[in-house]
Amino acid sequence: MESGKRLLREMVRIRCVEEVLADLYRDEQEMRTPTHFSIGQEAVAVGVCAAAGPDDVAYCGHRSHGPYLAKGGDLRAMVAELYGKATGCAGGRGGSVHLTSPDTGFIGATAILAESISLAVGAGWAFALEGAPRVAITFFGDGAAEEGAFHEALNFAATQRAPVLFVCENNGYSISSPLRARQPYGTTIWERARGYGMASRQLDGNDVFAVHAAAREAVEWCRDGRGPYFLELRTYRWREHVGPNWDYDEGYRTKAELDSWMERCPIKVAAAGLSAAHPDIDEEVAGWRREFRQEVLDAVTAAKADPFPAVADLLQGAYES
Amino acid sequence: MRKLKYREAIGEATVQCMKADPRIVLAGQNVDDHKGGHGTTTDAFRVFGPSRVLDIPNSENAVAGIAVGAASMGMRPLVVHARADFMFLAMDGLINLAAKWRYMYGDKGGVPVVMRGIVGRGWGQGATHSQNLHSVFGHFPGLYVATPASPADAKGLLVSALRNETPVVLLENRGLYEIEGEVPENPEPVPFGKGRIVRTGSDVTIVAASLMVQEAERAAGLLAEQAISAEVVDVRSIRPLDEAIICTSVAKTGRLVVADTSWARYGLAAEVAAVVAENVHGALLGPVRRVTLPDSPAPVSWPLEEAFHPNARTIAAACLDVLGGDPTLPMREMTDITAGFVGPY
Ligand SMILES: Cc1ncc(C[n+]2csc(CCOP(=O)(O)OP(=O)(O)O)c2C)c(N)n1
Ligand SMILES: [Mg+2]
Repeated sequence: MESGKRLLREMVRIRCVEEVLADLYRDEQEMRTPTHFSIGQEAVAVGVCAAAGPDDVAYCGHRSHGPYLAKGGDLRAMVAELYGKATGCAGGRGGSVHLTSPDTGFIGATAILAESISLAVGAGWAFALEGAPRVAITFFGDGAAEEGAFHEALNFAATQRAPVLFVCENNGYSISSPLRARQPYGTTIWERARGYGMASRQLDGNDVFAVHAAAREAVEWCRDGRGPYFLELRTYRWREHVGPNWDYDEGYRTKAELDSWMERCPIKVAAAGLSAAHPDIDEEVAGWRREFRQEVLDAVTAAKADPFPAVADLLQGAYES
Repeated sequence: MRKLKYREAIGEATVQCMKADPRIVLAGQNVDDHKGGHGTTTDAFRVFGPSRVLDIPNSENAVAGIAVGAASMGMRPLVVHARADFMFLAMDGLINLAAKWRYMYGDKGGVPVVMRGIVGRGWGQGATHSQNLHSVFGHFPGLYVATPASPADAKGLLVSALRNETPVVLLENRGLYEIEGEVPENPEPVPFGKGRIVRTGSDVTIVAASLMVQEAERAAGLLAEQAISAEVVDVRSIRPLDEAIICTSVAKTGRLVVADTSWARYGLAAEVAAVVAENVHGALLGPVRRVTLPDSPAPVSWPLEEAFHPNARTIAAACLDVLGGDPTLPMREMTDITAGFVGPY
C-alpha cells in the first residue's frame, strides 16, 4: 500500500479503536482505569511513528493509546490492560496510563507530567554513548512543557547532542485550562526549544502528511548525530480530558471551537488530500472502519474471556523474582 | 448541627478563612474550572475570582518555592495538588525550604505555606495516583502533617493550617470526599497534635489515620458483634502526634492495632508502635499488629486493587489476632467505604 494511504489507514484504525472503547468504557463500566482518549489527535502519533525505524524507541504521557498503537503495540494486549486482565501489556498492573510494548520500541507511557521527556533524553543519551544509530522519541502535551523537567531535559539533550525527537502535542489545553492562562501570550513552545539551540519547528498537527514529512526529516537529523530535534504540533482533543464523554458544554471551551476542529479532522483532511488520486477513498475508509471495528470488538471479546491476575500474585514484580 | 460532606467542609473553610485573611491566596491546577477540585475550590473561585484563586501552570517544583517566597513576604499561599503524588515534584520547596526556614535562618519567622494533597482512591488510580505520603512528610521536623478523617476535621484542621505560622501539609483521601458529618458553621480550628477518641472500648486499641479511621469504626462494630470492645483513636495529625492519647488508650486496653492507608515500613504504623514500645511497653498483653498496604506499588486491575486496600474486616481480623482469638472467624461481609465509586477518574 502506498505511504499516504497507509498513514490514513493507521489513523482510521486508532480512531475506530478509541471510539469503540470509549462507548464500552461509558456503558459497561468495566474498564476501571482512568483513560485519556486521543480522538482527534491521531495524525501526531501516526505521522511521527511512521517515520521511526523498528530500533527507534518512544515514550509518551498519559494520552497513550495513539503512540502505543502507532509504534506497533499489540491491540489485544492494550485492550486486556484496560480491562485489568493478566494478559494485558502490563499484566493488569499499570492500566491505560502505563501501556508498554518494548518489543516494538514503545517503552512506556507515564502518568506524571514530563516524565516521558526525561526518559527519552536518557534513552537518547544511551544511544549517543553507544554510538548506536537509534533515535528516542518523546510525546508530551503543551501542559507538560511547563514542568521544570521539560527545560532541564531539553538543556541536557542539546548539550549532549542526544538523538531525541521531542514531539509536543499541543492541543491547547491542560485539562480545562487554556494555553493562554498558563504560558505568556505571544510566546511559543517550539521557539523556547530553539532557545536551547536545537532544531525546532511548529506545524499543523492535524495534517498527517506534513507531520510525517517533518518527522522523517527530524529522525534523519537525529540519526545523523546532529543533535535533538523539536516538533510542536498543533491539534485538538475532542472528548473530555479523561474519560469517554463530550464536555464542550462544561464552560471551559465552546461547541463552536470543537466544531471548527472537527471540520479539520485529521482523517477527513487526509482523505481529502488523497481523493484526487483515489476517487474512491471514502468507500475504502468505510471498509477499513468495518474491518477495524471488528478487530477491536474481537480484542474486547478476547480480553473479557481472559483471566484477571491472581490475587496471590499481588506482590509479583515489586522486586525481581 | 447541620451536616456537610467532607469536600464541602473543605470548601467552606477555604472561603471563611480567605474572607477573614486577605493574605491567603489559593493556587492549583484547574482550581477555577467546572470541577473545582472536586468542589473544594468552586465557591472560593466564585467569591474571590482569579486574582486570589489562581489556575496555575503545571510547575509543581517551582510553585513550591514560589509559595515559600510569597510566604516570606507575608502571604499565605494555599496550594492544592489534585493528587498527592505530584507533591514529589514539590519536595524541594517543601522540605529543603519550608520545613527548615524558621530554624535555618535563626528563628526570625516562619513561612506559613499550606499544601493540600488529594490522595486518589479507587477506579484503578494505580501506582502513581494513589499514594499516601503522610509518613514521608511526617519524617521532617518543621512541618505539620494532618490527615483529616471526618468532615468536621477536614474543616477544622484546614482552619488551623491557615491560621498558624508553621508550614502544613494536609492529605485528604478522596474516598472520604462524599462522607457526611456534622460540621460547625463557624471556622473553629481543630488543633494539631490532638487526637480524638472516636469510640471508647476496653479490649483493644485501634489507632488509625485518614480513611482507616472510618474503616476502624466499622471494624469496631464487627468486633462488638463478637462481644469484643474496641477503642478507636484517630490521630488527626501525624506530626505533631498525640502520643498521650495513644499511650493512655493502650495502657487501658493492653492491645494495639494500627491501621494506616500506606505501607508498614518506616511509616505511621511503625511510629505508633515505637511510641507505645517506648512509653507503655509494660501494658502490652500481646503483639502489636500493623494493618497496612501490601508491600508493592498499587495495582490497577480491580480484583488486585480490592485486595490491596485494607478494610474493616482486615482490621477486625488483626484485632482478633492480638487478642489471641481466631482471625479467620467468619465475619459479616462489608463493602469498602469507597465501593461504588465510578470513573472515569
Ligand atoms: C506532575 C503532574 N502534575 C499534574 C498532573 C495532572 N495532569 C494529568 S494530565 C494533565 C494535563 C496535561 O496537559 P497536557 O500536557 O497538555 O496534555 P493533554 O492532556 O492535553 O494531552 C494534568 C495537569 C500530572 N499527571 N502530573
Ligand atoms: Mg494539552
